[in-house]
Amino acid sequence: MGTKTPVPAIDGWFTMDAERPALLGTRCTGCGSYFFPRETFFCRNPDCTGRTFEEVELSRRGIVWSYTNNCYQPPAPYVSPDPFVPYTIAAVELPAEQMVVLGQMVPGVDVDDLAVGQEVELVLSTLFEDDEHEYLVWNWKPVEG
Amino acid sequence: MSNEIAVLGVGMHPWGKWGRNFVEYGIEATQAALADAGVGWRDVGFVAGADTIRNGYPGFIAGATFAQALGWKGNRVSSCYAACASGAQALNIARAQILSGQTDVALVVGADTTPKGFFAPVGGDRPDDPDWLRFRLLGATNPTYFALYARRRMDVYGATVEDFARVKVKNARHGLANPNARYRKEVTVEEIMASPVVASPLRLLDICATSDGAAAVVLSSMEYARRHTTEPVRIAAISTVTPTYPQTVIEMPNFSTDSAVATGLPDRPFRDAIAHAAYEEAGLGPDDLHLAEVYDLSTALELDWYENLGLCKEGEAEKLLRDGDTTVGGRIPVNPSGGLACFGEAIPAQAIAQVCELTWHLRGEAGDRQVEGARVGITINQGLFGHGSSVIVRR
Repeated sequence: MGTKTPVPAIDGWFTMDAERPALLGTRCTGCGSYFFPRETFFCRNPDCTGRTFEEVELSRRGIVWSYTNNCYQPPAPYVSPDPFVPYTIAAVELPAEQMVVLGQMVPGVDVDDLAVGQEVELVLSTLFEDDEHEYLVWNWKPVEG
Repeated sequence: MSNEIAVLGVGMHPWGKWGRNFVEYGIEATQAALADAGVGWRDVGFVAGADTIRNGYPGFIAGATFAQALGWKGNRVSSCYAACASGAQALNIARAQILSGQTDVALVVGADTTPKGFFAPVGGDRPDDPDWLRFRLLGATNPTYFALYARRRMDVYGATVEDFARVKVKNARHGLANPNARYRKEVTVEEIMASPVVASPLRLLDICATSDGAAAVVLSSMEYARRHTTEPVRIAAISTVTPTYPQTVIEMPNFSTDSAVATGLPDRPFRDAIAHAAYEEAGLGPDDLHLAEVYDLSTALELDWYENLGLCKEGEAEKLLRDGDTTVGGRIPVNPSGGLACFGEAIPAQAIAQVCELTWHLRGEAGDRQVEGARVGITINQGLFGHGSSVIVRR
């Protein structure tokens, strides 16, 4: 990262740990259900009326459930570089939380590099920048070896 | 059986990019449906509008907008938005008005005028709206989600991109005989494979366009129908169910699925549950069907619906397609209208248009795309944010 100040593209969705970042979700203290993005008001399990939640870091590694790419520039509010650069998106299953979380793959990973069932881990990458800041977002990255 | 209502008349404005106000399309479809029903505007006691969020305030209050355009006469109206499922919701509201005895005759109408290109979220800075955030943080368009399902089919069931293309070839052939379809041209597997990749593995010709269009249905009580016609097409079920927690398939516009840690998996995934609720209500099953209109937002998604409807076992949709079972003339034709492949999506009108198509087949009025001997048909569809949509019609 350059001389610009790194800031999260959205507050409170992930830790800003440059080495080992994690998504921030919540867990209902009543039934144990996980939520990402965070649920803090009322538990969505129909058999639970929980109103207290603990903040939790979600598993940093998961298994690719499916993947695709985007070959055309999406509409705003996506902030696209000019010219547009295609990117890859993966749906990743977190075994411990038993949930699937979407994320862009790190730049440079193409669909041909991916397979369902492959292990990936969470990193932070620059989503877009302005004159002073780099706005970071979570990405999935293939686990080496 | 006492909960059935009659489809007295159906009408559509052809799909296309006409560039006119959506109200005009709605009026045209309504006039066609009223003429088909043989009733006048004065006979209509209730108007259920399916809303569009793209056409300003009149779109958000479609029931009143159409009622005003047709001439205020003091009847009750409703307006509802459930994304792609708006039409089924409007049908359901109108049915409730009829079954509760509030009115004998109800008009259900949906119309849209669409912009070019990808559907975009509602404008402004909206960091609390998951639909806004998925574009902002992920660049996840609608085809992103369709492509995730398509890739999953390839990996889990061995589907190929040629299979996906064959869905389009079939639907394009069906649509040739449909005067309301926007695209009426045969297409080959090679042409589809040569079209540019939008979201791997889906190509431009695998993904449905967005269209202008309108559809209207005139519904009535069975008593009223018996006085006006013989052997009307009847609505036997309208399923508008939500998912059951935990929803374990990633759905537009979400960032994640629900967590299954605390509860285990639900009895059936959402799309299976949409069909199941319709079958339960009608007292029918997949073996009773003669045709289906499914929401082929992408070619691959049509294959998912075969399994959700129970037309075949999980993983066998490609075989059903390849064997010609879902082609007109086959065992269980799917999308004889040509589907979204030939129409493009006019969101508030589409679920209503599906019912129009089934009605024509059940009456034997579908021309060169007629499914012979059709007596029972089903529509299925799903709206953003957890709106199920399935209608069973019978005769």
